Amino acid sequence: MSIEFIYPEFEVIRNENRCISCRVCEQQCANEVHSYDEKHKIMRCDDSKCVNCQRCVSFCPARALKIVKSDCTLRENANWSAQTVKEIYKQANSGGVLLSSMGNPKPLPVYWDKILINASQVTNPSIDPLREPMETRVFLGKKPSKVQRTKDGALDCKLPPQLELSMPVMFSAMSYGSISYNAHKSLALAATELGILYNTGEGGLHEDFYCYGENTVVQVASGRFGVHADYLKAGAAIEIKIGQGAKPGIGGHLPGTKIVGDISRTRMIPEGSDAISPAPHHDIYSIEDLRQLVFSLKEATEYKKPVIVKVAAVHNIAAIASGIARSGADIIVIDGFRGGTGAAPTRIRDHVGIPIELALAAVDQRLRDEGIRGNVSLVAGGSIRSAADAVKAIALGADACYIATAALLALGCHLCHTCQSGKCNWGIATQRPELVKRLNPEAGSKRLINLMTAWKHEIKEFMGGMGINSIEALRGNRLMLRGIGLTEKELEILGISHAGE
Amino acid sequence: MQTIDAADLDYRTVNEALREAGSDFIIEGCCGQRFIAAGMSGKNLTINGIPGNALGAYLNNANITVNANAQDAVGDTMNEGKILIHGNIGDAAGYAMRGGKIYVKGNAGYRAGIHMKAYKEKIPVMIIGGCAGSFLGEYQAGGVIIVLGLHKDGRPIVGNFPCTGMHGGKMFLRGGCEDIRFPKQVTARCAAADELEEIREYLSEYCSDFGYPIDELLSEPFTVITPDSKTPYKQMYVAN
Amino acid sequence: MKIEGQVRIPSGCAISAAISKDGNKMSGEMIINSMKPMHDRSNGLGGGFAGYGIYPEYKDFYAFHMFFDSRDTRKKCEAFLKERFEIVQSEIIPTRKIPAITDEPIIWRYFAAPLKSVLVSLQSEEKEFVAKTVMKINAEMPGAYVFSSGRNMGAFKAVGFPEDVGVFYKLEEYEGYSWTAHGRYPTNTPGWWGGAHPFTLLDYSVVHNGEISSYDANRRFIEMFGYKCTLQTDTEVITYIMDYLLRVQGLTLGEAASVIAAPFWSTIGAKTDLENRKKHTYLRTMFSSLLITGPFSIVLGFDGGLMALNDRLKLRSMVVGEKDDKVFIASEEAAIRTMEPNAENIWSPAGGEPVIVQVKEGVF
Repeated sequence: MSIEFIYPEFEVIRNENRCISCRVCEQQCANEVHSYDEKHKIMRCDDSKCVNCQRCVSFCPARALKIVKSDCTLRENANWSAQTVKEIYKQANSGGVLLSSMGNPKPLPVYWDKILINASQVTNPSIDPLREPMETRVFLGKKPSKVQRTKDGALDCKLPPQLELSMPVMFSAMSYGSISYNAHKSLALAATELGILYNTGEGGLHEDFYCYGENTVVQVASGRFGVHADYLKAGAAIEIKIGQGAKPGIGGHLPGTKIVGDISRTRMIPEGSDAISPAPHHDIYSIEDLRQLVFSLKEATEYKKPVIVKVAAVHNIAAIASGIARSGADIIVIDGFRGGTGAAPTRIRDHVGIPIELALAAVDQRLRDEGIRGNVSLVAGGSIRSAADAVKAIALGADACYIATAALLALGCHLCHTCQSGKCNWGIATQRPELVKRLNPEAGSKRLINLMTAWKHEIKEFMGGMGINSIEALRGNRLMLRGIGLTEKELEILGISHAGE
Repeated sequence: MQTIDAADLDYRTVNEALREAGSDFIIEGCCGQRFIAAGMSGKNLTINGIPGNALGAYLNNANITVNANAQDAVGDTMNEGKILIHGNIGDAAGYAMRGGKIYVKGNAGYRAGIHMKAYKEKIPVMIIGGCAGSFLGEYQAGGVIIVLGLHKDGRPIVGNFPCTGMHGGKMFLRGGCEDIRFPKQVTARCAAADELEEIREYLSEYCSDFGYPIDELLSEPFTVITPDSKTPYKQMYVAN
Repeated sequence: MKIEGQVRIPSGCAISAAISKDGNKMSGEMIINSMKPMHDRSNGLGGGFAGYGIYPEYKDFYAFHMFFDSRDTRKKCEAFLKERFEIVQSEIIPTRKIPAITDEPIIWRYFAAPLKSVLVSLQSEEKEFVAKTVMKINAEMPGAYVFSSGRNMGAFKAVGFPEDVGVFYKLEEYEGYSWTAHGRYPTNTPGWWGGAHPFTLLDYSVVHNGEISSYDANRRFIEMFGYKCTLQTDTEVITYIMDYLLRVQGLTLGEAASVIAAPFWSTIGAKTDLENRKKHTYLRTMFSSLLITGPFSIVLGFDGGLMALNDRLKLRSMVVGEKDDKVFIASEEAAIRTMEPNAENIWSPAGGEPVIVQVKEGVF
């Protein structure tokens, strides 16, 4: 080999005693790891192409395959990890910017795991969520600061547009192009069945999915792909994407090779042309310009849709959110630095932004300190992994959560972190027809519905334990949280006490 | 034909009146009302006075004539229709426009035609009679941007950094452009006869709108700028 | 040890109330007696009363009932008050020494009215100004605590069993058209008088039984509007919520009850009266952070009336009875029978169903 050689990260282990040479693994692998040696009548494999997506493992009828981490190691060095060294080799070989997919994998603190939830004992009763009413319905949107009455003294019940969710979890933005038609359809079907919302991402809305509009958030990002009056009117809400947790301050770039067929039509750009989302919206260089974009969207949709503004969690997030809350936005989404992505420069993904837990706590408190928490609803995203994370987020102050990675896992994603290759064997992050069809939208939506139904039940269990029977009584109820192993500063920012206090 | 005096009205009221009105409408005394005709279709609108920012945002096949200058973000994300400005326009005109026309008699500010796109039969056209500011056609992904450089008063026809990130569409600048610095991924050359023929229709429309003789316009050579590739950034990344 | 306010102390309770719809005066002795059969619902760590119509001679003045830890604090506070109020009477609240009540602070009352010039210069509405003054003293003046601030009403509270507290304050010498009482069962012993109930602001007083589970969601919301929850008690936050909904937002009592004990969405959805459904949807959406969950039964006292309310699951007991012009409310029927052996129409209101009793216009 040569100086450019990097030993494969994974090894494909085939139990020859079990293998029946049925070639399923070969058919299943778009990375072309497996091949059949006609001459010797055995299966062979090229480890160097393996991304450890587990597709062949899952589909091997003889359970003859497993993928293991290669034990070929560089000399151990606590300062120069193998990953760091290999990244240098890759860049020295290519001159390229390192490109990764999915969320930040670095061992940075996960505050969710250092927060514990309360339960009632003696002084007030816990509630049995199976047999007693337990409410998870949420309305997202601006709440006026003052009650108005009509001339005859009756309550004037008009409210700014609200989004009704059956539970405080929604599917976060993933564009058609970064994920497949079938993945989008799975999300749309599930959101409709569940009474929640999914999000088009910035790639426009496929004509087939306009019928799910009531359960759709349509996104407007800096590239404005597929944005036109009908698109804006098609959704239940419009989301202005300012930033994304995985790559704050960075635009998007869907390579021309992925702009084919329906993707091109939906984005309304020619086939083969790069879809470039500039880093900023070029009509927003300042906070007052955000107000202009928010109200231009409201004018275009006659004030019937709530406008969401999504920002990445960055250092000054509390002040930024306060500015957004004063800019006419109905809902603010804060996306933490562990949020996923179809492709982002590795260095940006791993080093820019702050954890959602701290950002959310800071924003919620700041908006309350300024007396404007009612101006907006808050949605937290960026690696909400379970019902427990969701409950903690709501108790910290979120109205609802956004999930995307968890939803993709439900659809079959095995977190191999190679979405950018477009060769997703699970039919999710790909546009190749033969791969896309592996994901059956009905089956996919069923799994999403299962996941959300299970979470909803778990959320109710948590609430019942705390003696809370409506989700709004949990929102911002930080007394229900305690920190474990956190510093005074961390506790102060989270606005919670330490366990035992 | 309906007329509204916008002098003391806010933009919400103006747009509501416009939405409910018939197809022909005149706004008198306009002064800074934003978002006029946002997302609207099937209207012929004349504006006397200065419209506010984001005039004709998401415009969906309506015609707007402004008998004065217009401010920033004219025709933001416009889809179809025509905006005619008998004066100058501010920054970021035609941001991400996908279709329709923006014809400006005077000058344009910074970032005109930024991220302009095209799709199938939709080819947006922006013609600027005077000069354009810096970052003209930044990220241009489709459509046609034409700058005529009439009444230049000694100023350059375009400011700095035109065509930054351009990866589609065409830009025409009237005159030779030897002293303009373009980025690496585009080619600037003298427009050939067939290329001028492509834009002749737009130019004659422009001339009849503003009363210029077309022959005089075409008497000078045009420079045409096109990107070298639709995917200029392919080589930048390495999978990790 | 931390006192109430520095730490949150859950507690259970007994409550009792009586009102005359005709505005007839009742001596405080009756309400003291009503607490006796419910002795076991308290643990001697807090008791208190609120009486309405008890200061007719000063009915146009705000009656500030205050605890001070020292003479010095009182002097300082008095100086502060004098800059803002005209004080027409300043005196010790009369008490009698009894073995059951010890360690009392300095207990004082002022009858005062805001100085017009101050109101004008601050562009403040009178009640808003008084409320803000109370917040300021309680949050920023260590050792001083306003425990009652309404007109023609007053709260009386202490660490001890309620029946002893009533004797201590000589309540038999007061006459009111409406009374509420509270016996407390806190889970530990901060031994601080401010922590006892009723909790009051302006003429609103709340006695409350139960520990709510929505406390911090309610607190963090209401604190946006200038309220400062210095005690960390449920009763305090409920009082501020009621003040906010009734005085600041101008809701009716019934509407306010629909906010804090909102019907379940399924109940709202099943309402056939569309206007009614719209109203409940509106109130619940508009004030979602003021929904109170967990067990509570409260009696809200206000100028000219009482409102009793249970949580929407009805996790606490509450009984209502009537006799002639009088209405009685208590945690247990026994308390009502003590006040009026021949009480009629004894019933238990459903969860979330407010019982509103108002004194006839003009007679209080």
